[in-house]
Formats: sequence, C-alpha cells, structure tokens
Amino acid sequence: MAEEHKPKLKMAVYWGAACGGCCVSVLDVHETLLTVIQHADLVFWPIALDTKYSDVDAMEDKSIDITLFNGAVRNSENEHMAHVLRAKSKLLIAYGSCAHMGGIPGLANFFSKEEILKRAFDETPSTENPDKVRPQLEYNVPEGTLTLPKFYEDVYTLNQIVDVDYFIPGCPPQTERLVEVFLAIVNGTELPPKGSVIGVAEHAQCEECKRIRSDNRSINRFYRPWEIEDDGVSCFIDQGVICLGPATISGCGVRCVKGNAPCRGCYGPMSDVVDMGAKILSTMATMINSEDENEIIKVIDKIDDPAGLFYRFSLPASKIRRKIQ
Amino acid sequence: MEEVNNNPAAPSAKAWKPKILAIFCNWCTYTASDLAGVSRLKYPATTRVLRVMCSGRIDPQFILTAFSEGADAILIGGCHPGDCHYATGNYKCLRRFHLLQKYMKQMNIEPERLRLEWISASEGKRLAEVVGEMSETIQNLGPNKVKQQVSHIEK
Amino acid sequence: MTRYSIDPITRLEGHGKIEIFTNDDGEVENVYFQVPELRGFEKFVEGRPVEEVPQIVTKICGVCPGCHHMASGKAVDAVFGVEPTNTAKMIRELFYMAHFVHSHIAHFYALGAPDFVVGPGAPKAERNVLGVINKVGVEIGTEVLKQRRIAQEIQALIGGHQTHVVMNVPGGVRKGIKEDERLDIVAKSKGFVEFAKFSMKIFNDVVLANKDYVDIIVNGPYSLKIHSMGLVDANNKVNFYDGKVRVVDTTGKELLTYKPNEYLENIAERVEPWSYLKFPYLKKVGWKGFVEGQDSGVYHATPLSRLNASDGMATPVAQEEYERMYSVLGGKPVNNTLAMHWARLVELIYAAEHCLELAENKEITGTDLRNKMYQTPKEGVGIVEAQRGTLTHHYQTDDRGLVTKANLIVGTTNNHAPISMSIKKAAQGIIKKGVKVDDGILNMVEMAFRAYDPCFSCATHSLPGKMPMILNIRKADGDIIQTIKRD
Repeated sequence: MAEEHKPKLKMAVYWGAACGGCCVSVLDVHETLLTVIQHADLVFWPIALDTKYSDVDAMEDKSIDITLFNGAVRNSENEHMAHVLRAKSKLLIAYGSCAHMGGIPGLANFFSKEEILKRAFDETPSTENPDKVRPQLEYNVPEGTLTLPKFYEDVYTLNQIVDVDYFIPGCPPQTERLVEVFLAIVNGTELPPKGSVIGVAEHAQCEECKRIRSDNRSINRFYRPWEIEDDGVSCFIDQGVICLGPATISGCGVRCVKGNAPCRGCYGPMSDVVDMGAKILSTMATMINSEDENEIIKVIDKIDDPAGLFYRFSLPASKIRRKIQ
Repeated sequence: MEEVNNNPAAPSAKAWKPKILAIFCNWCTYTASDLAGVSRLKYPATTRVLRVMCSGRIDPQFILTAFSEGADAILIGGCHPGDCHYATGNYKCLRRFHLLQKYMKQMNIEPERLRLEWISASEGKRLAEVVGEMSETIQNLGPNKVKQQVSHIEK
Repeated sequence: MTRYSIDPITRLEGHGKIEIFTNDDGEVENVYFQVPELRGFEKFVEGRPVEEVPQIVTKICGVCPGCHHMASGKAVDAVFGVEPTNTAKMIRELFYMAHFVHSHIAHFYALGAPDFVVGPGAPKAERNVLGVINKVGVEIGTEVLKQRRIAQEIQALIGGHQTHVVMNVPGGVRKGIKEDERLDIVAKSKGFVEFAKFSMKIFNDVVLANKDYVDIIVNGPYSLKIHSMGLVDANNKVNFYDGKVRVVDTTGKELLTYKPNEYLENIAERVEPWSYLKFPYLKKVGWKGFVEGQDSGVYHATPLSRLNASDGMATPVAQEEYERMYSVLGGKPVNNTLAMHWARLVELIYAAEHCLELAENKEITGTDLRNKMYQTPKEGVGIVEAQRGTLTHHYQTDDRGLVTKANLIVGTTNNHAPISMSIKKAAQGIIKKGVKVDDGILNMVEMAFRAYDPCFSCATHSLPGKMPMILNIRKADGDIIQTIKRD
C-alpha cells in the first residue's frame, strides 16, 4: 500500500452536551482503524487523548483539517468551544443528532431553565438542599474563585451558533457512513456543496425496511407500542403504532426496526424539509381513516405527546424550536 | 375607527394590529374573498392572503414557518366537507389541523391563533365576518411571542 | 497561592475539571473537582410516554447505554405492575453480561492498563493502549479489539441498536433468540471466559509481579476508608442485573440493605455551588463533610465496593479470583482505590461465565417474551449495577402512563464525593514541597479519578499484526515529537 507521502489530515473530535455515543461510533471502525490512522492524526479528543484546552488554544487557526463536533450547545463552555474549533478547523462537521438537530438533550426545550434547575436541585425527592444552594457561575472559596459555565435557557444546534461545513446525522451515526465520508475526503473526492447533510442515502427509511406495507394506508386507531402484539412482519403504521420512518432519511440500516422497535427519527429529515416534525405530523394525520370531525378528534386523542414524539431528536432545529414562555 | 392598543408590549409609536396569514383555497374561500371585495364588504385589513389550489395543499411546515417568522395568527379557508374540488383534500386539511392544534397546545401557543373555516365561493359575507371576529380575538390576545423567542440566541 | 487547572480531565466519558491550590510552601491546600455539565433528563422526560423512556435515557451515556436501558426497563415494569417473563429476564441478563464484558475489557486495556503497565509517571505519548501493546504484544491488542467487537455484536443482535439499545418493553423484550443464534452466543461466550482469564493473567504478570506497582496500589496515596455499596442476590453474591442493594461499613460489616422502592429512605443528595453534579450520601448516617470514616455518610459504588459489599461471586472462576484478591490484599473490606482495577477483572470473569451459563440454557429461546398483565400505570423504581456503580431510575406517571416525575441517581454520581476526596488525597500525597508539578505529576492525580470510571479511552489504533502502523505524536504547532512504529 505504498503511496507517495501525503501529509496526514489533522483530525479532532470534540463533544458539547453529549453522551459519548458519537465518540464510541468513531471507535467502532474496528479494523478500518488502520486505514484511518494511516491518513489522519488525532490532535484533540478528550475521551481518548490527554490534549487539554490550553493546547487547543495554542493551535493555529485552520490548522485542524477536520473537526467532528458532536453534542448540542447547552451552556457557555459548549458555545465557546464551538467558536474556538470553528476558528481552528478547515472543515467543521456537525457529527451526530445532537450537533445536527439538538438530539435528545433538545427535549429540554420543552421546559425553562428555571424548571430544569429547580427539578435537579430542589424538587427531586432524594435531594436534601434546605439552603436552596444552586451551582454558581463564580464561587469564592478561601483559596480562590471557582467558575462554572452558564447553563443557557435553550439548547442549540451547532449551526445556530457557528458556520458548519457538513452534517453527519444519526444517534450515533452508523459507523460505515463515517468511514465512507472519511475515505471520500482522504481520496480527494469532490464533496457535495457546503452545508450538505452527508453520510445518508436520499430516500426514506421505508425504502430499506423489510417490513411489509399494506396497500391500505389508513389508520383507524393509534396504539401505544405495548397495546399491540407486534407480529414482527407488518409495517408498524399498519398496526396502528406511530413510526417516524416515512419522514426519516436513510443511512442507519433501519437498525431500530430490525430490533422490533419503531423508528424515532434520529437520522433527521429528507432533503429540503425545513421542519421534520411537521412532516411526520402531516403523514400521520393525513392517514386517519375518517371524514367526520368528531371521529377525527377522538382518533387524535389517542396520540400521546405528539410534540415529544414527532420532534424526539429535532426540537431545537425545528421552526418553533422551544416551548413558548 | 379608533385603533386601540391592547398590548402594552407593542411599540408605543404605532398601535399594534395583528398580522394574520390567510391561506385560502382557490375554488371556495379565495373566490369568496373576491366576492367580498366586489361587494365592497368591510373587514379589518389584518389578513395577508395566500392562495392555494386546495386546503389539502397546506403543509404544516407553512403554518410553523409563518408563526416563526412573525405571523400573529393563521386562518385557513377551504371548501365545505363534501364539496372539495379534488374530493378529499379538505378532509386531509381537517385532520392535520386538529393534530396541529394538539401540537400547539404542547408548545404553549394559544389555539385561537390557528383557525380553520369552511367558506364556499358564495359566502363573501361569512368571510368578512370571520376575518372581523378573528382580528378582534387576536387583537385581544396580543402579538405572537414565537418569533421573538425563537430568533433569540443567547450568548 | 498557586493554582493548577486540569481542564478538561481526559480519558473518560464526560466533562470535568480539577482545580488544585498549593500554598507558598508547595503543599496542597485544597482541591476541587468540578462537573460543568448538566442536561436535565430528570425534567425533560416529563410528559413523555413512560415506555419511551428506556430509549431516551440510553442517551445519558453512550458508553453504558445498556445500563440505563435496564434500570429504566425495570422501572417501567414496576410502573405497569408487572414482572418480566422468565425468558425475557434471561434475554435481558444475557445482553447485560455481554455489555459488561465489552465495557470492562475496554476499560482495563485502554484506560486502566496504561497507568500500570506503562507506568504512572510515564510520558504522555506512551500512556495509552499503544504503550500497553508495546509491553504485552500486538497479538493481544488484536484480541482485545476482536473480543470487544464480538461482545458488541451480541449486544446488537439481542438489543436491536448496537449502542442505544431498544430491546425493553413493559413486561419483557421485543425480540427473542433463535436456536442458531443461541449456539453462536455459546461459542462466543466461551471465548469471553478464556479472554477474561487471560486478562487476569496479564494483570498478575505485569502488575502484581512488579513490586513497585503493588506498592502504589497498597501504600500509595490512593485509599479511602468509606462505606461500600453493591447489588447482591439472595445469597449475597454480586449480581449486576437484580437483587437488593447492600451497604457494608468501613469494617466490612453489613450496615444496611434496601429494595428498590426503599431507596429514598437510604440515599440523599447534596448540592455544592461549585459543581452541577450532586453528592449522594447515606441518609441514615448523615452528611459530615468530605471526610472518611465510619461516621461519614460518604460511600462508593464501584467494582471494588461491589466485591466488598458481597459475600462472594456466583460463578466458580470468579469466586476463586475473589478469594485470591482478598487474600493478597489482607482481607475485607479493601480500601485501596487502585484495587478497583483488580476487582474489575474479577467482575469481567463473572460476567463472561454468567454470559455462558445463560446462553447454555435452552430456555432462553422461549417465545413468551412479554408479560402483558398490565395494571394502571403509576410508579416504579428500577435498580441495576452499571459498570460504574449502582444506578437508580424512579418514575411516576399519570393514568395514561405519561411521566409526571422522574428521579435518577446515576452510577458515577454515587462516587462524586469519593472521587473528590480521592483526587485531593492523591494531590496532597504527590504534590509536595520541591516537587515540580508537570504533566506526569498531574496525571498521577488524574489516576485517582480514572480508577472509578470505566470509561472509554480506547484504541485509536488497531493492530492486525500484519500491516505496519505509525503513530505520530504532534505538538500543538504540528511538529512531530515522537513517532512510534510497529512493523
């Protein structure tokens, strides 16, 4: 595999309000790791390397070739690092659902900052906090001043904070998609226009799903998943269980449905869609098998938590990106 | 007619009036609004009319985009059940409307800000009444807070 | 006053920083371990259908999502007033043992081993899995990655999604195991047992046979005399999936036990203004500050505490190793923080053996996957052992099963106070007058932290043995300061 010597790509992986699953997905390249490290040096990756913030500050602007930024922007530290890494990186990629659309942490946008802090520090039954202590942005101890980042009112996606070159969606992205993108960059393949979602196939989950869809695409009643006996073969929607597959772009290999769970949309919307939840809302509503308003209302009454379901991963990226206060 | 500023949050230089996006289907409600016009029926100048071929064309994305960009309210006008020019388009609109209402409730947006009315081509007077009613209701509710809240980025 | 900031702490999952203050004599005055992150799961699951929560809480952690999925699944069972079917319970436990195997392997080789095998004060460039491989050989490295991959494949097969598992439903699981899959898992589990035993052998040969390392484990500034918590079965043997919570005190005597729905009588959480993470303590003993001892409510929930809190391991080889560990370290309970690495290997052997036991049981291919005798949903608590400690999920719902309130006490959270204390003790023991505080010294302080958290610091390199591999270590300005080659 002798090649003329090409300088290695400098790569960074960083996390905002994240769970570590995206870092795990990078590690899940398994054997292809060898190819990866032939072409890239990792320069900053808190889960794996001992590079500290001061080392990153010392890097020159645009000295990192690719940064995979995963996790949402939840606090001032996440925001600060988004700006730092934007400056230091040639390509800044929003990696994973949280950076792309807000992800699961985005569900916090159904609540105010005060409601969240109150629950965590005052209300939970195991918390003993009679003096109503709250974490402080600055706190003086005898030895000096300790600081904590500011918890923001809203959760943001990465591109609401900084300019993003590409998006690789998924919770986490399916590792094979990451490898495809990485090899494309390494081989100098022309990338799609800036701002594109990459690592996806341009069709909905349904096209790859092995479950059988009936011709009768109408719903008489919605069921919670545990209210039915899933036959393991029929489309969930035919069984009355809401599945976000029709509104979700492909790339994950229909992994949840293979585990007999309906899709919850982590891969994000089809291209040209501006609000993912609105599309699945439209699909589910349109399929209701009734022309009578009262019946329609009764059927819809069975849909519990439509906002939390349709926007499970995408609330901060949606048009009405937080509950109005 | 005297403009009343019901909302203390509105700019004081000019009394606030609602901006209502009116999405009317070509065959029924849009024709009714033409009829109201030629009949010189008076109704508040709060609506911005968008014509679609059928209320079934209305993608919920239109609704949410309009709210996020500053619409105080949205009025959908379509053909009466059974009269849709494309047979079933208005039923689809009806179903989406109700699920949108449920979503809006979760997002704490007042249900009055999205209204669906069946108004046939000959019902010019009804159209004027509906717009009048809705303008008053939204005037009392005040401006929609959506745009301000979703466009604010904390630093 | 001089201030050293370790920001961020690295080679673990999550955000954190350590502030060390030394006086003019170079002695450590105080150390603060701060967690700057908070996402609010306890609030934003409100309003969600409770059966969706097991798939939402996996996103708390991408390294131990299976743990949250299990605790949550059990809480949801309790909310609906059902016990899972026997088949479902076996399937869940089988998944869970594979989850422990994959995680404990990764932690030992990539996180724990570097600080031991290469040496705690070794240069940064060597303190990683490559340095370990240099010492123990490339074949082992390949085997590590292979076993990890196999365990993950079993997880994906049973759990659906490879990382954020989707298997649990109220009263059971979504998918069964076919006979050919079972046989395949049996074969793979046998591989796990062999590899687990082999890993213990490495620990013996490289760590325990080295007097300096043993000295650091036993006599280094890494010990805390605090209470130990772990889940145990009816025979007081370690169990990751089910049982009662047992706490033994600093003398090794049973202090208290509790069932999941009694957790509020036993655990309380404290708030400090300099961290977003709370500090649990034993309610009945009370909070006396960040202090050790019998009268302090501080406790730890770790592989070591689990072994301390139990009367043994439920599988034979693990039991032998349990006995050997305590015999070498001088009896129960063991307070040496770095012994957590040893305890973790004992647990790895148990997880592998139990995985094999479950897979060999033909009943696991049963078809009754779900107990549907649901009551009106109301309230439930689920407790499991995460790799990092006892994990508690508690939900309350309305009649439709939408969450009204949630409370979580997460594995590492249990250890927030002990970790703070361990770091401080380590810093005070290592940073003294005349000591130059460099990267190696600061890493030795971080070691106090790493023992608690079996997180991911894994291979950035894979080692098939046949192809050459180059690791370039670069300075911040891009210059290569070291190249490690493997032919």
